[in-house]
Amino acid sequence: MIPLATYALRLGDDALVLTQRLSEWSSRAPELEEDVALTNIGLDLLGQARVLLSYAGELEGEGRTEDDLAYLRDEREFTNVQLVEQPNGDFGVTIARQLLFSVYQLLVYGDLRASSDPTLAAVAGKAVKEVAYHVDHAEQWTRRLGDGTEESHDRMQAGIDAMWPFVAELFESDDLVAELAAAGVAVDPASVQAEWDRRVDAVLADATLTRPTPTWRARGGRSGVHSEHMGFLLAEMQHLHRSHPGATW
Amino acid sequence: MDETALQRDFDATIDADDRIEPRDWMPDAYRQTLIRQIAQHAHSEIIGMQPEGNWITRAPSLKRKAILMAKVQDEAGHGLYLYSAAETLGVSRDELLDKLHTGRQRYSSIFNYPTITWADMGAIGWLVDGAAIMNQVPLCRCSYGPYARAMIRICKEESFHQRQGFELLLTLSNGTAEQKAMAQDAVNRWWWPSLMMFGPPDSESTHSEQSMRWGIKRFSNDELRQRFVDASVPQAEILGLTLPDPQLRFNSETGHYEYGDIDWSEFKRILAGDGPCNAQRMAHRVKAHTDGAWVREAAAAYADKRAAREEGAA
Repeated sequence: MIPLATYALRLGDDALVLTQRLSEWSSRAPELEEDVALTNIGLDLLGQARVLLSYAGELEGEGRTEDDLAYLRDEREFTNVQLVEQPNGDFGVTIARQLLFSVYQLLVYGDLRASSDPTLAAVAGKAVKEVAYHVDHAEQWTRRLGDGTEESHDRMQAGIDAMWPFVAELFESDDLVAELAAAGVAVDPASVQAEWDRRVDAVLADATLTRPTPTWRARGGRSGVHSEHMGFLLAEMQHLHRSHPGATW
Repeated sequence: MDETALQRDFDATIDADDRIEPRDWMPDAYRQTLIRQIAQHAHSEIIGMQPEGNWITRAPSLKRKAILMAKVQDEAGHGLYLYSAAETLGVSRDELLDKLHTGRQRYSSIFNYPTITWADMGAIGWLVDGAAIMNQVPLCRCSYGPYARAMIRICKEESFHQRQGFELLLTLSNGTAEQKAMAQDAVNRWWWPSLMMFGPPDSESTHSEQSMRWGIKRFSNDELRQRFVDASVPQAEILGLTLPDPQLRFNSETGHYEYGDIDWSEFKRILAGDGPCNAQRMAHRVKAHTDGAWVREAAAAYADKRAAREEGAA
């Protein structure tokens, strides 16, 4: 794949894999309003994923569709960060994952609106409005849970603690991104880290939560190295499609 | 005004085919009937999320995944409108959910059947949503205003779901031999339960007569079932699928399709709780509610703290 296609695929894989996790909440949310909200966020992300995967396929020029890329790649070919593939856990874990990822995605898409690639700029322009809502949703719940009851405070802190090892990977750069960023096409994630820290720290403080001290850190998602959870996620997502090779749905 | 005069006004409103609104006087039996019916409908929407939600993570294309997620989300939305409509009758969502969770109120028995293949998503859309629309369109003219207005929006969305289900089955039917067999199998399993969705035959229906008088019900169970059969047979032909009833035939004198005997013993058994998924659906629902208790408590505690802080600041 050409670098731009790989970059579009990374953004798309993040969105697709998080959709898959969020859709697992369907009919299981703490209240009906949250069932609607979590599905809504998942649908926004799925919309982003479909455009980005289709674009990656077009750029590649080998006739691969969004479905070919979603259903027929193996685990080592998926380029999402490990944060988005982490299991839902309780609602606190899910909100922690949403907070950490949505703020990151908001900042990346925000800068990507200025991309010299018109398609990426257009995707970012639409997505940034959606993700602003996702951030608002995650920030509000982080405050409610962090500053709610003793139990919710403990669960929210545990969620943040559990997801924290997956934060550093969000801001890792490599030659591919660095070159595309230098050409004004991509956003170097390292460039949004300071703003991410400021924004997340503010919410954590407001929610009476503590920023965890770094321990081990996950790495490798962008080059297809994933956590053990990823294989099961893909097995579930892909099995029906793969059971009927060549069929139209 | 004394009760006789109030009753007279109420009867006049019903007779004129006008709407009863939340602040209007209404007989207690009318209120209780509506609460029971609207609650059962709301419960059916949220329990109905389970059999379809079962396939979201496995949807075989991204387009179908988006459609299914949006559909299940609509069902949660329908649950919300309907619980709100019930609240105008003086009963809270919490009370109604508690009755559902403790088995004191029902949901539609159709959701006690399992969704075992992807084609079930099509059969549910085409047949189950199709039957629901037959039942629900007349409710858009129901005598109770908030229920009638909720039903107008719900019916629009349901008819969209029905077309999506039909299109899903059509794609399978025109697909590979395995896909076509999957579609036929799903229709075989969902046809008879869909006919049962209209309720027991008119001769055995317990609530019908009074509900007709009150303008809550407009057509009898058997009338609606016949309309559904008449609409479905030609659609099955377009799909290239057969309906699992050897006695199905067109009667040119009546202009209607005749159909075979419905197994009402199965209907009664599942209604009484003895179906393939009754226990599973309830356990899933109660677990979601129980697991979410700490979240709802946190939201309430946070709102109280904020209110206290604002008061302290004022």
